[in-house]
Amino acid sequence: MELTDLHAIADAERAGRRPIQVRVCSAEGCLSSNSRAVRQRLEDATVRAGLEDRVQVCEVGCLRLCSEGPLVRVEPEGSLYQQVTPEQADSIIGTLTGGTTDARRGDPGGAFFARQHSIVLENCGVVEPERIESYLAAGGYQPLHHSLREMSPSEVVDSITRSGLRGRGGAGYPTGLKWATVAKMPPGQKFVVCNADEGDPGAFMDRSVLESDPHRVLEGMAIAAYAVGADRGYIYVRGEYKLAIRRLGIAIRQARALGLLGSGIFDSPFNFRIDLRIGAGAFVCGEETALMASIQGQRGIPCPRPPYPAQAGLWGHPTLLNNVETFANVPAIIRDGDAWFARLGTEGSKGTKVFALAGNVRHSGLVEVPMGMTVREIVEEIGGGAPDGRAIKAVQTGGPSGGCIPAEHLDTPIDYESLIRLGSIMGSGGMVVMDENVNMVGVARYFMEFCKDESCGKCIPCRAGTVQMHRLLERIGAGEGNRADLARLEGLCDVVKHTSLCGLGQAAPNPVLSTLRFFRHEYESRLRGDSPAPEESRSVNAARA
Amino acid sequence: MAVRTLQINDTLVSAREDQTILEAARDHGIKIPTLCHLEGLTDVGACRLCLVEVATVGGGAKLLPSCVSHVAEDMIVHTDTPRLGEYRRMIVELVMAERNHVCSVCVANNHCELQDMAVAMGVDHIRYDYLSPSCSVDLSHERYGIDHNRCILCTRCVRVCDEVEGAHTWDVAGRGTRSRVITDMNQPWGSSDTCTSCGKCVMACPTGALFLQGSSVSEMEHDRGTLAFLLNAREKKQWLV
Repeated sequence: MELTDLHAIADAERAGRRPIQVRVCSAEGCLSSNSRAVRQRLEDATVRAGLEDRVQVCEVGCLRLCSEGPLVRVEPEGSLYQQVTPEQADSIIGTLTGGTTDARRGDPGGAFFARQHSIVLENCGVVEPERIESYLAAGGYQPLHHSLREMSPSEVVDSITRSGLRGRGGAGYPTGLKWATVAKMPPGQKFVVCNADEGDPGAFMDRSVLESDPHRVLEGMAIAAYAVGADRGYIYVRGEYKLAIRRLGIAIRQARALGLLGSGIFDSPFNFRIDLRIGAGAFVCGEETALMASIQGQRGIPCPRPPYPAQAGLWGHPTLLNNVETFANVPAIIRDGDAWFARLGTEGSKGTKVFALAGNVRHSGLVEVPMGMTVREIVEEIGGGAPDGRAIKAVQTGGPSGGCIPAEHLDTPIDYESLIRLGSIMGSGGMVVMDENVNMVGVARYFMEFCKDESCGKCIPCRAGTVQMHRLLERIGAGEGNRADLARLEGLCDVVKHTSLCGLGQAAPNPVLSTLRFFRHEYESRLRGDSPAPEESRSVNAARA
Repeated sequence: MAVRTLQINDTLVSAREDQTILEAARDHGIKIPTLCHLEGLTDVGACRLCLVEVATVGGGAKLLPSCVSHVAEDMIVHTDTPRLGEYRRMIVELVMAERNHVCSVCVANNHCELQDMAVAMGVDHIRYDYLSPSCSVDLSHERYGIDHNRCILCTRCVRVCDEVEGAHTWDVAGRGTRSRVITDMNQPWGSSDTCTSCGKCVMACPTGALFLQGSSVSEMEHDRGTLAFLLNAREKKQWLV
C-alpha cells in the first residue's frame, strides 16, 4: 500500500458516488427505533421511483439528535427528517422529484447543530462505518501515512504534546506526557490499549464514535503505537456494545486486508496488530489496572499504583492506555497540525469535548463543543433547555464519579479545572440535565446504588462503605433519617474518598458531596423532626408523580 | 543495595531501598495495623488499615498504603495521627457490620486478628447498620470448614494457596459486598480436584472463617508458626526452627 494506492481507492469511491445521498442513521439509538426498516423502505422506494442511478441510500453513523430518531439526512440539499417511520419512505424519496412529505422536518441550521464544532465527530453521520473506502474517501489513513513517512516517532510525541491534548477518559492527564513516558521506556515489547469500557450511566459518546467512525480510532491507535514503539494493541470494549464490537471487528479486518494494520504498514518497518477484548459488564474494568487484569484473563480488579501502566502494564510491559475519544483526536492533530488544535479551547484545556446530552432537556443526543463553552450554552442553546418551560435545577457531569453543577453556576466554562473547582469532573462526557422537579437526595442515592453494585469488593472502604452510604441515603430520602445519620453519611464520604484503593472508590462519594454542597437544604428538610409532615410530603410526591 | 534514610513518626530510620514503609517501620518496632498483609505473601493493599500519612512537597500529607509503598530518601511518614486513627476505626467498624461477626460464638474467639484490631482501636460499638447477610458454611471438606459469616475478604487464603502451595484452589467470585471466596469453580470444598488439603489457607486466615473441623468456640488457633517455617524454608533455605 502506497499513498497513491490510498488516493486511488478514495478517488474511485468518490467517483462512484451518486449525486444524491440519503443517509440513514444506523447507530444503536436509531436502530432501536426501527431505522433499519426505514432504510430498507427508502431503498425500495428509490428503486420504485427509478432513481437508483441518481440516489444512494446509505447507512451512516450517529446523526446526533438522538431524541428525534430515526433520523434521515438528504445530501447535498441538507434536509433532515426526524422520527421517520417506514411508511414515510416513499414520500421522502418523492420530495427528490418535487413531491411533498408528511415526515417531520428538523432544522439542520438550528442551534443544536450550528453551535457544535466537530473534530472527533467530523466523519460521524458522514462516512459509512462498515466500509473502509468511505473512510478513505474522507482522507482517512493519510495522517498515519504522514506520521510513518514524514515524522520520526519523537516528532509525533512532540506534536501531541504541543497540541495540549488531554485524556478524554475523565481525569485529563496530558496525553503527550503519557506518550512520552511510554516512548522513553527501553525498547522491547510495548502495548497500546484503547479503553472503550464506557460505563457511566447516561454516557454514549464512545459508543457513538465506535459505531460511526471505527477506523478513526484504529488510525489514532496506530499513530500512537508508532510514536511509543508498540507493535500490539487491544481495544477493550464493553460487552453491551454489540454493534460497536461488530463494526470494530469489520474495521480491523478491512484495515488488515489493505495492509493498514499488520506487518510492514505502508512498506515501513512498522508493524501493528489490534485485537478486541470484550468486557463482561463490570464498571470497574474501566479503571486502567482492572482493565489490564481483565485483558490478561484475570479477575477485573484494580491494583495499587505505582507501578503505572506506562512503566509496567500488560504482562509487565510498558503500556499506553488512552480513551476512545483521545485516540479519535489524534488523526486530526497530525493532519491539521498541533498549532491548529492548540488554538481551540481554553488555556489549560485544548480542543473540543464530546458530550452525551441527556436527561430533562428538549434536544438530547451527541454534542461536540469547543472547550470553554459554558454549561449554559450547551444545555440551553444546544439542548434547548428543559422541556415544558421548566427551570433547570442542575447539570450532572462525570457520572457516578462526578457531581452536580447547580443552576447558579451554569455559566461555568467547560474545562477540566473549572469543573473540578465546582466539585464535579469533566468525566468521559456524560451530561445529564435535571429540572426543578428532580429530588437531589434521590440523585445521590441513585449514583450510590450504582457504585455499591459496581464496587469490585477488593478494598474495605469502597465495598462496605458504599453499602452503608446507600442505606443512609435511602433512609434520609424516605424522611426517616436524623442528624446523626447525616453526620454518619458525611463521615463515610470522608473515609471512602480518602482511603479507597482505586479511582472508582475514591470518587464514589462525589455525587453525595456535590449535592450536599449545593443542595444541603434538600437533605436537611428530609430529616426527621425538621421534615414536612408525612401527609404533606405524600402530597408533594403525588404532585411530582 | 542502597540504603535510604527517612523519618517515621519524627524518628530517623534507615531502610533498604527495596523495603516498603511497613517493613521499615516494623524493623524499627513501629506498629502499623494490617489485616490483609501476611509475611511471605504478595501484598494487595486491600484492607487500607496500613495507610500512613506521607508529607508532600506542597506541605500537605497524602495517604499511602504502607504495605505496597516503597521507602524514599527524606520521606516524612506519620503512622499514627488522629485522622488515621479515625479512618482505621471506621474501616474496622465497616468490616464488623458487613457480615455476622459474633465473637462470643466464634471458633476463633480470642485468637482473631479482627477482634484484636477492634479492641486495640477501642471499637466498643458499631455506628453503622449491621448488614446481616445470609452466608453459608461449607463443611464438605473432611478436615476443614469455611464459614462465610466470618470472612473479611482479605484474600490471604487465595494468595497462600496460589503462591505458596501452588494449587490455586481458592479465588473470589461475585463483586462488591456480595463477593465470596470460592473453591475451584464455586464447587463444594470437599469435591475440589485441586485442593491438596495442605491446610495453609487455614493457617493464614485472620478470623474464624477458615477452621479445623471439630473446633468449638474459642478453640481455633491459626498455626502461623508452621506457615512461617514453611515460608522461611522456601525463601531462605533454612530448615531449622
